[in-house]
Amino acid sequence: MTTLEKYNAIFCNVLQLNEADLSNAVFKQTPLWNSIGHMSLLSALEDEFDILLEPMDMMALQSYQQGKVILSKYGIIIA
Amino acid sequence: MFNLEQYGQQIAFISDRGDQISYHDLQQIANQIGDLSLRHGLLFCLSQNTLTSVVGYVAALQNHLPVVLLDASQERTILLYLIDTYHPEYLWLPDTVASLDDYSAIFRFGDYTLLQKNTISHSFESINPQLAVCLTTSGTTGSPKLVRLSQQNLLANAQSIVEYLHLDATERPLLTLPMYYSYGMSIINSHLLVGATILLSCQTIHQPSFWSFLQNQKATSFAGVPFTYETLLKYRFFRMSLPHLKTLTQAGGKLNADIVRQFGEYAQDNDKRFIVMYGQTEASPRMAYLPYSMTIQKPSSIGIPIPGGTLEIQDESGHTIHDILKDGELIYKGDNVCLGYAQTRLDLAKGDDNHGVLHTGDIAHKDADGYFYITGRLKRFVKVWGNRCNLDTLEQQIKTITPHCACVGRDDLIVVFLTETSLQSQVLDHLSRLTHLHPSAFHVQIIREIPYLMSGKVDYSSLYKYIS
Repeated sequence: MTTLEKYNAIFCNVLQLNEADLSNAVFKQTPLWNSIGHMSLLSALEDEFDILLEPMDMMALQSYQQGKVILSKYGIIIA
Repeated sequence: MFNLEQYGQQIAFISDRGDQISYHDLQQIANQIGDLSLRHGLLFCLSQNTLTSVVGYVAALQNHLPVVLLDASQERTILLYLIDTYHPEYLWLPDTVASLDDYSAIFRFGDYTLLQKNTISHSFESINPQLAVCLTTSGTTGSPKLVRLSQQNLLANAQSIVEYLHLDATERPLLTLPMYYSYGMSIINSHLLVGATILLSCQTIHQPSFWSFLQNQKATSFAGVPFTYETLLKYRFFRMSLPHLKTLTQAGGKLNADIVRQFGEYAQDNDKRFIVMYGQTEASPRMAYLPYSMTIQKPSSIGIPIPGGTLEIQDESGHTIHDILKDGELIYKGDNVCLGYAQTRLDLAKGDDNHGVLHTGDIAHKDADGYFYITGRLKRFVKVWGNRCNLDTLEQQIKTITPHCACVGRDDLIVVFLTETSLQSQVLDHLSRLTHLHPSAFHVQIIREIPYLMSGKVDYSSLYKYIS
């Protein structure tokens, strides 16, 4: 599995989305991306990529696209 | 209800949109709405944590207009259903909610409009003049059941909260809990009583702008449900520098004792107070609090009754249990116990059904020092991330898909028993959509058949054995 496939699978699974809808996924706007969904997403990303996110990065991760930028700071290139 | 003028130019509310209003101006707006000479009818306040929303709520209280607090972002079908059930004469709603047939605008403040029903029916029995606020019992299932609270209920509870939290005009609470939620509403009421400045936020703790608002406005207190505190640990809250923040309160369900102790120790080491509280919407809502000096010593306790209230444990026949550590139903008595429930418009005429006594439905005991501990529930509801979910309601919903189902649960976990594996995802999908809860709140367990008692009722106690 590529990192992109893993990344997409997490978003699809936690937020119950189809791949086609991922690029528009945004915190508080996507139905299941609420507080609970946010914490589930962060845990799943940390587990999958074996990283520990800094609090500011956890909060900055407000969209599917931003997540890729944030993970790159931890050496995880989503591609 | 409140003597707002006594605080004059002191600021009552500041919102994270940047607007603010003084106590004097707040009363002026209330007076303007009073000047419309509204008849004694029902107001739906479609709430957001904004200044314009809260002004409508306060104006309703000041003008003795009974108000139902609802979530402005809830689905329109639910709103229409509630309108059909309660026939409100008035609505206070933001521009984000589309207007309604049969209603016309009669007053405007910022992005909020006061709507009046065009044809007012006079066939309704008059509403009980004591009725001040109605709150929903379940924010998640769209049930039309409301808790009826009187002005005396609200004032009694606000006064108790002022006493045990030692609130005064220097307080600056940050309100991020929804104002239509009893915990959020009680923060507004108790702080308006003392002339404090309430900071309104539509943001969540997951957004950097929330934290900058908290710091820039020098918030002195913050309130959260168990999930909030679990999340704060993840955000390494203990490493943040928040010198103005002095008080953290927690209610809305049981927070894990280990986390309570961690926050208790953090508070002790940083000259702050961490206060665990217990309540139900039916008690306006506060009933007990754990004095912060006892947090570390008794982290699993809900504490002692609030000033003006009493708690006792009763056995099944209604006799008081005096023995320590012996379980029974927790009974609360106080002036903050609601008048009762409403299911229809006609119920709003009802008087006081409870006479100051609330059967909480919680199983509890007390220790030798008089501190209370919740150990279980009598009633069929659980709290999931602070949202009260009625297991019977959920079960009825699943029955639209299959008759072979049963729900049991504890806080933060609902277990759905099904007999057909193939229905699993359909049921989860349905529940998640209905409750707006993440599917991870629900755990599906497949069993051969749903167990029943001789009486024909589902044998829930045998199902609980599966999940313990």
